[in-house]
Amino acid sequence: MATVEELKLRVRELENELIKCKQQQHNCAVEDAHSQALYRPKIDKMSAEVVDSNPYSRLMALKRMGIVDDYEKIRTFTVAVVGVGGVGSVTAEMLTRCGIGKLLLFDYDKVELANMNRLFFQPHQAGLSKVEAAEHTLRNINPDVSFETHNYNITTMDNFTHFMDRISHGGLEEGKPVDLILSCVDNFEARMAINTACNELGQIWMESGVSENAVSGHIQLIIPGETACFACAPPLVVAANIDEKTLKKDGVCAASLPTTMGVVAGILVQNVLKYLLKFGSVSYYLGYNAMQDFFPTMTMKPNPQCNDRYCRVQQEEYKKKEAEQPKVEVVQEEEEIVHENNEWGIELVSEVTDKELEAASGTVPDLPEGITVAYTIPAEDPVGGEIVEETERSLEDLMAQMKKM
Amino acid sequence: MADESARRAVSQIPLLKTHAGPRDRALWPQRLKEEYQSLIRSVEQNKHEDNDWFRLESNPDGTRWTGTCWFIHELLRYEFRLEFDIPVTYPDTAPEVAVPELDGKTAKMYRGGRICLTDHFKPLWARNAPRFGLAHLMALGLAPWLAVEIPDLISKGHVVHRERPREEAQ
Ligand SMILES: [Zn+2]
Repeated sequence: MATVEELKLRVRELENELIKCKQQQHNCAVEDAHSQALYRPKIDKMSAEVVDSNPYSRLMALKRMGIVDDYEKIRTFTVAVVGVGGVGSVTAEMLTRCGIGKLLLFDYDKVELANMNRLFFQPHQAGLSKVEAAEHTLRNINPDVSFETHNYNITTMDNFTHFMDRISHGGLEEGKPVDLILSCVDNFEARMAINTACNELGQIWMESGVSENAVSGHIQLIIPGETACFACAPPLVVAANIDEKTLKKDGVCAASLPTTMGVVAGILVQNVLKYLLKFGSVSYYLGYNAMQDFFPTMTMKPNPQCNDRYCRVQQEEYKKKEAEQPKVEVVQEEEEIVHENNEWGIELVSEVTDKELEAASGTVPDLPEGITVAYTIPAEDPVGGEIVEETERSLEDLMAQMKKM
Repeated sequence: MADESARRAVSQIPLLKTHAGPRDRALWPQRLKEEYQSLIRSVEQNKHEDNDWFRLESNPDGTRWTGTCWFIHELLRYEFRLEFDIPVTYPDTAPEVAVPELDGKTAKMYRGGRICLTDHFKPLWARNAPRFGLAHLMALGLAPWLAVEIPDLISKGHVVHRERPREEAQ
């Protein structure tokens, strides 16, 4: 006997299928009837001419105004967006509208009706893979952009190998690496996987994130060997100044707001444009505290004892490169942490409230007001205990024993 | 999480030695052996304490794990299939355990039925990497989740006992 809940679920599934069928029919009809009218032809060269048919005129105006030296250069860049959710989809749309050369999109998830509190995706796309749905929408917005999509989870063995291959060879000119990777994922494992890949390949990337309580976020530029990698310190969090006791996490994993995600996508792509087109100053770390409207910034040096071996290798490489640089009077970009005045009265709030964990805490790195670590790692081993003993037995033998239990 | 029983359960699970993930072709087989040793001891211990509650097995290269876990509530046994992949960054990051048949039934899950671990789990794992293994993941990640979620899901009618209890079915 099916329960009411099961039947409700089934009804929802069928409704979704119906929507998709209708959409497909609609798309076919539309495509047949007015494909000419709906899709603009590709544009060979960006023009600054201000006519209503030129989608690039307002962007090219940046050049005329002297903000950007060479805006057309945007068409030569390739950016990989990993995670096409609340932040990644908006990020991809902004880059598409800006006329980026090529976008690689990675995501294993499907569009769900539960995602409709976020921007970009629409209800009729429910059930489609996010990368497929995104490519369709983005291609319509700007046919000048090249797209490459991968519908898989980058953290598993085979996919990770493929992911590494595509970021090192998937540039606009096949065989060349991508120019930048943007991490728009929502979990630690995927961030660490991107970090691993980028440290090994020496690939520059930007990390972004929105907290699970939806009221803070951050972006971070990571240049392997030169700035702290994602594994150099415990995850950084923007303190939202919320009393942990009043924060009820029972019953839900995560909240999300289209506003916070939109802001984070906005500051991420702003940083990308500044980095690629060389204007303004590029942020190394920019936090967003939505509760107090506070934006802490900082830069962080890599940790010489970082757990990631390739991070340490990249640090050595960077040091060598720096030593070889002729000693011109370089205005040394101060690596030291910028201490903002704490005019907002924001207190450092530890996200870890458990007394027991606090007792076993390690040292907190020197961070500016408003940024803290999600947790600390104590210097000595916290849990003592028995260690697995040496065994002569084979793996197959152990597997067989486990299976028989 | 850090109650006395969880602490005791964890202290009885042997810690692992080899810091190697699945991309480390040379050392991963050794790590895998340690994982199995630790899991076997853990299951033996659970049986000994009359608290046998999960089984796990992997594909030959140890990158994909499947199994079952069960939970006794008011003398009835509820059994669930579980699965996870070993991420390339293991053991620095823990795998994401999924109980697919509960997907969509509780908000304490991410898509695909991946369970939502407590705020305590990640720091605890990070502090004890690489010495924690899959047996620790079961005891510190999945067990507390089941203990909170399953009674709640049963009371809301989202989880219904499939047959009569085992003892009667015999
Ligand atoms: Zn590092």
